[in-house]
Amino acid sequence: MCDTCGCNITHGNAHLVTNDGKLAQTEDGKSAVTVLKNLLSENDHQAAHNREHFDRRNILAINLMSSPGAGKTALLEATIDALGDQIGIAVIEGDLETENDAERIRGKGVSAIQISTGSACHLDAHMVHDALHHMDLDGIDVVFIENVGNLVCPASFDLGQHRNITLLSVTEGDDKPAKYPVMFRAADLVLLTKCDLLDVLDDFEPARAEHYLRHLASEAPLFNIAARRSIDIDEWTDWLINEINAQRDRAERHETLRPNIQPEGAALHTASAHEHEHGQHHHDHGHDHKHS
Amino acid sequence: MTRCWRLNMHELSICQALIEQVESIARENEALAVKTIWVQVGPLSGAEIPLLEHAYPVAAAGSVAEDAELILEHMPVKVRCRSCGGESEAAPNRLVCGQCGDYHTDLISGDEMLLARLELDKLTH
Ligand SMILES: Nc1nc2c(ncn2[C@@H]2O[C@H](COP(=O)(O)OP(=O)(O)OP(=O)(O)O)[C@@H](O)[C@H]2O)c(=O)[nH]1
Ligand SMILES: [Mg+2]
Ligand SMILES: [Zn+2]
Ligand SMILES: [Zn+2]
Repeated sequence: MCDTCGCNITHGNAHLVTNDGKLAQTEDGKSAVTVLKNLLSENDHQAAHNREHFDRRNILAINLMSSPGAGKTALLEATIDALGDQIGIAVIEGDLETENDAERIRGKGVSAIQISTGSACHLDAHMVHDALHHMDLDGIDVVFIENVGNLVCPASFDLGQHRNITLLSVTEGDDKPAKYPVMFRAADLVLLTKCDLLDVLDDFEPARAEHYLRHLASEAPLFNIAARRSIDIDEWTDWLINEINAQRDRAERHETLRPNIQPEGAALHTASAHEHEHGQHHHDHGHDHKHS
Repeated sequence: MTRCWRLNMHELSICQALIEQVESIARENEALAVKTIWVQVGPLSGAEIPLLEHAYPVAAAGSVAEDAELILEHMPVKVRCRSCGGESEAAPNRLVCGQCGDYHTDLISGDEMLLARLELDKLTH
């Protein structure tokens, strides 16, 4: 993996970065440079390298995001119980202060690396890169990255994953997609968790949660699960197995997949919105989100 | 949306990334100082404009952009409909077509977080 090239131009935004930047010199010594560069391009560059790292080993990488306590670690435990003897699983845990989640995973016989995020509110691609260097990925089919419990920040940072999963526990209210559009727009799959509690809650309507999700122009599937109860999680495990196989096929074809939200999409949009001002941009604005 | 101090770290880290980019561009152009920085931010970028404004001076202190003015351009949320082809403005949490009401839309503006332009102070040759 490239650690040293120091360049922060991604494949996606390279055409926008005016290396030969339009430099309009004025007589008083001031000059203006048009840049149009994503503020997180340094992170995106590292994320692309992380993705190559996974792709070279045919590994599927999944980023799990939710508010604190929605059941990310419980989902991982249930997944290991259901599939641990069929597939190789490894986990990267982002936790503010403790090793608790990593220890829960290790208790199931699966290797887990803890990223101590300290006061950080999200994981970034550099932290994941460091973690990858401490992991033995032989025989691994899927790496789960459990992000910091937070419905705001993690959505903006590409880590090098192929898929984003957002968990919404039914005790949080069914209008969360409307309140946190950035997070829910980023999801390739939404899991409604703790569904065993639906009976005792007055007003959580899974259909309403889906309605709000669709209003974010999202076509992500939405499954009901209850990781802590013996309600079956086949819909989820089938999805996962299917994604692992799809990743293997893609990697063999030397193709890759970015999660639902593509950071350089922003750059394309701006170029389109400002065509009349800058005049010189001609891009294909079609979204290239691959949904297999 | 409630924001605690912890989340401010988010905007601070974004401003630090901004200053790194500004410094490298200033170096490439042999600028003496940076006068103005234009940044485009949409509501779907995940960054909050007031928090960016708050975090910026902290990140800029001691850099070539120490005295620069930061201009944050608010980008509108706009979608293009896959059914009828229409373009319309939308609310961040209702990305449906303003013309036919379909939710099968593509976002064409509103998730930007871009360094758009810099004004630099240079020696005239
Ligand atoms: N009833 C019920 N409780 C659940 C379920 N899944 C998780 N819980 C409980 O919810 C609490 C939080 O679960 P975790 O798996 O630790 O949640 P998390 O998202 O990993 O939490 P953080 O990492 O701290 O953000 C625990 O007490 C779990 O036992 C479920 O399906 N049903
Ligand atoms: Mg956890
Ligand atoms: Zn953050
Ligand atoms: Zn329409």
